[in-house]
Amino acid sequence: MLSGLFSGFMVGTWLEASVMALVAGAVGFFVVLRGSSFAAHAIPQGAFTGAAGAALIGANTLLGVGTFSLLGVVAIARWGRRGQHDVVTALSLVTLLGIGSLFLSMSTQYAEQTFSLLFGEPLAVSSSDLLPTAVLGAACITMVVVLFRPLMLSSVAPELAAARGIRPARIELFFLLSVGVATTMALPVVGALLVFSLMIGPPATARFVTDRPALAMAVSGALGLITVWVSITASFWSNWPIGFFVGTFAVVWYVIGRSLARWRRKPGPVVPLELAGAGSR
Amino acid sequence: MSILHAIFQPGLFSNSSVQDAAVVGAVVALVCAPVGVFTVVRGQSFAGHAFADVTATGGSAAFLLGVSPLFGFVVMALAGAGATELLGAERQRGRDLATGVVLGAGLGLSALLLYLTTTTQSTTGAAVTVLFGSIFAVSSSTLPMVIGFGATALFLVGLVYRPLLLSSINPDLASAQGPGLRVVGLVYMVSLALSVALSALTIGAILSTALLIGPAAAALRIAKSPGRAIACAAVIGVAATWAGIILAYDSYNWPPAQQGWPVSFFVVSLVLAAYLLAQLTGRLARRD
Repeated sequence: MLSGLFSGFMVGTWLEASVMALVAGAVGFFVVLRGSSFAAHAIPQGAFTGAAGAALIGANTLLGVGTFSLLGVVAIARWGRRGQHDVVTALSLVTLLGIGSLFLSMSTQYAEQTFSLLFGEPLAVSSSDLLPTAVLGAACITMVVVLFRPLMLSSVAPELAAARGIRPARIELFFLLSVGVATTMALPVVGALLVFSLMIGPPATARFVTDRPALAMAVSGALGLITVWVSITASFWSNWPIGFFVGTFAVVWYVIGRSLARWRRKPGPVVPLELAGAGSR
Repeated sequence: MSILHAIFQPGLFSNSSVQDAAVVGAVVALVCAPVGVFTVVRGQSFAGHAFADVTATGGSAAFLLGVSPLFGFVVMALAGAGATELLGAERQRGRDLATGVVLGAGLGLSALLLYLTTTTQSTTGAAVTVLFGSIFAVSSSTLPMVIGFGATALFLVGLVYRPLLLSSINPDLASAQGPGLRVVGLVYMVSLALSVALSALTIGAILSTALLIGPAAAALRIAKSPGRAIACAAVIGVAATWAGIILAYDSYNWPPAQQGWPVSFFVVSLVLAAYLLAQLTGRLARRD
């Protein structure tokens, strides 16, 4: 049943999925820390419109997804300063999706293709996508590393960050951009509706397990790798949509993390002590 | 006259599926108005959207079993509300995370159900129907159910209107007043689940947030009191759905495919336009 799992046309998938899991793990750590689950859900779901639009005009999927991720990021970041943040996120999302429904109605594509854009398709990666994906992944990881300290500080102690001249709006924009990049990489494989599961399931568990940021990111990346590897194998074997496995894994990780935290008699993620002095160093 | 004829195409008012759609749209918009205003004031847009997405699981299951989608939407929205309540922590951040995890599980499950639907039945496009909706496909036999669920949601909100308002605006004061707060929150959750399910029937599971949040957010920008905001949201919601239905009916001859543009697209665009307009007038009014 599993013959062909590692054959030539799957190599791209394995490489891409591994990079994507690591990126989602790193970005997801901040999603959980900042409590930005809604934005992390809205950006990929809105980016579905980009994939549908690309299919409509015959453009590259990555390009479409990237463009609409960017649109979502800018809408949430700029518009969110004026209105109530969650309301603006919801409205940006439904606006993008509304356009998506129009694209779907105009397109003559098979329902099958729409389905795989929504719920994932492990074979979606072609070898020509590998280079852009690698570049995006590297850019995203670099961004997280460079912005690690200001991002950490503004997430944990906003007042302290402001006192040190870190602009919260700019940090928020960069953070959302990294979510957008992770989305662009993961959407074709995992599907528009389930990308965010990868960005909150493993990191949430990692935060339950450890208080140290670097270790949490590593744990989150490792859990993400397990998630995508097992999901791809299971999806390949059963032919079931990969999104189902990714979504289920997120719940499993979350429940394990919560039970571990309760077992260790910890009420939940706490702010790491060493961070209190992070600004003075 | 000719402009009127262009807008209200011949046959619009005598078409039975347009009539049914108009009734469903009005009921849904009326129910979403009070529930939406509370959702925006309480800052629970994410919960509202998550229930909406999770209803897709119910819709998919209904497709697989061959029962009415509305039934699936309602059952799943209620289950989602229960699961979030069960998993959710007291703090905002924990709640968002729990909501997200439940939402992911629901979407994953609907992926599987839709996959099974397409492999066991010859139905194609079930995914698009469930997620993006088609109000013209609502059969007239569903109408009594729509009205029943809508009336229940309105009744529940009416029942807890005052304590709900107090706890939404000033949670500390409300919690000082008595232990009934949790019950009030639960009743609100149930009415939220019901209105989201109805909205999912109208414009699709993942777009239903538009009808819930959009009119309410627009109304809160211009109205001065909660009562007026609810009335205003109802007017905006009904206007957007009806105009959306008329435009979709008109669009049958529009390019490129000559098969009509989706109602959901028009409704969402009109709701967004209403919000932007309200934001603008709100800002102009403040400047005076």
